[in-house]
Amino acid sequence: MVWTGRAVLPSLLTMSDTTGRRWHDMGGQDAGPVPMDGHDFTLWEKRVDALMVLCGQKGLFTVDGLRRALEDMGEDAFERMSYYERWIAAVNQNLVEAGAYTLEELGERMHEIAARGPTYGEAQADG
Amino acid sequence: MPHDHHDHFHHAGMSPSGHPYRADNDTPLSYWQRMEIAVRELMVEKGHLTPAEIAAQIEAMDARSPANGAAVVARAWTDPAFRARLLKNASEASREMGFDIGPLNLIAVENTADTHNLIVCTLCSCYPRNLLGLPPDWYKTRAYRSRAVREPRAVLREFGLDLPDHVTVRVHDSTADMRYIVLPARPDGTDGMDEAQLAALVTRDSMIGTGLPHRP
Amino acid sequence: MVERVRVKALAPPGHVRAPWYLRGKAGVIERPLGHFANPEQLAYGLRADTKPLYRVRFRMAEIWGEAAENPDDTLDAEIYGHWLEKVDTHAP
Repeated sequence: MVWTGRAVLPSLLTMSDTTGRRWHDMGGQDAGPVPMDGHDFTLWEKRVDALMVLCGQKGLFTVDGLRRALEDMGEDAFERMSYYERWIAAVNQNLVEAGAYTLEELGERMHEIAARGPTYGEAQADG
Repeated sequence: MPHDHHDHFHHAGMSPSGHPYRADNDTPLSYWQRMEIAVRELMVEKGHLTPAEIAAQIEAMDARSPANGAAVVARAWTDPAFRARLLKNASEASREMGFDIGPLNLIAVENTADTHNLIVCTLCSCYPRNLLGLPPDWYKTRAYRSRAVREPRAVLREFGLDLPDHVTVRVHDSTADMRYIVLPARPDGTDGMDEAQLAALVTRDSMIGTGLPHRP
Repeated sequence: MVERVRVKALAPPGHVRAPWYLRGKAGVIERPLGHFANPEQLAYGLRADTKPLYRVRFRMAEIWGEAAENPDDTLDAEIYGHWLEKVDTHAP
């Protein structure tokens, strides 16, 4: 396989430590008790999930492409962002790489959305 | 078991699954929520997706729940030929019962008097979501992913399950293309119960291996 | 016939699905699973070769040594063929 020089290449060098073990590869590590609290998924989370499944089905990315983006976000993202925050970041990363839209379009749209209203509900295009 | 959710009664202010409702539409708009809205709108405008497709996908995912797996388990408890087909190819057996599991490659692992199976994904959070719906939050935690492969018995004790030494624990790490479901052992005292009655005993956690079915 | 294999003790950077805690550990092939697209290529948007995939069963004692909760408990994981090497059981 010949490396194609895609934009994702530099992230190959991102590692958790010098042994080569990456942060997400956590089987067998020490950790505390399993937290038992849960929550019901919100509409926002369900939409991220749907985007992930549908764009995958349409061949815009693979689940491994999503995992690669998640892993490359690093451990800090795992600790500080919620599950679906990490997933929308990974979906977006893969869609940008697939050329589905440009960063310019994304940035402009996110800016426009902020002006629609202060809550998720109010920021929908249909109000 | 403290984390098993009972479908039969609701607490005040709690959802049907026994969790507090979490604010959604009324919380301050976050950066990542703006990204989701933007991505969704751009994908629709560019013709990749339609709002109807997104709504249908959410509906299809909402329709998947542990009840699907419970029905499969109850069928295996009552129909030896089905049990054999399930253990041979759990995807085909699930489809045979009419469940739309998409491209899911499912393997069923059977608990017996001397074997207990436990499912985990240490590398991410792979889960048989196309049959059982979305995974519980604890399944995705660092604690569960890290510890289930090294100290499964200690983890199971936290879930209220203290296995005797003569029971072998088999942990299954979903590292690649397969997903797993535990076929729990049929509880004693269930002779004469029909499939629907049996299915009501099967909990989500009993199909992940962190619990046992209810007893009648 | 029991086929003994060892997970290669490699540490390339990037997206791989052979977990760290199993690298260098020996187990037996529980069942072959068929051929699947190589995630190490899919992850980077590349056209992927197919690779054989196996469920490999390890004794907890092999993985964790003395620290195993119960040495005879087992761990099954799916490992791609290119991460496995045969263990020669006839070696002196």
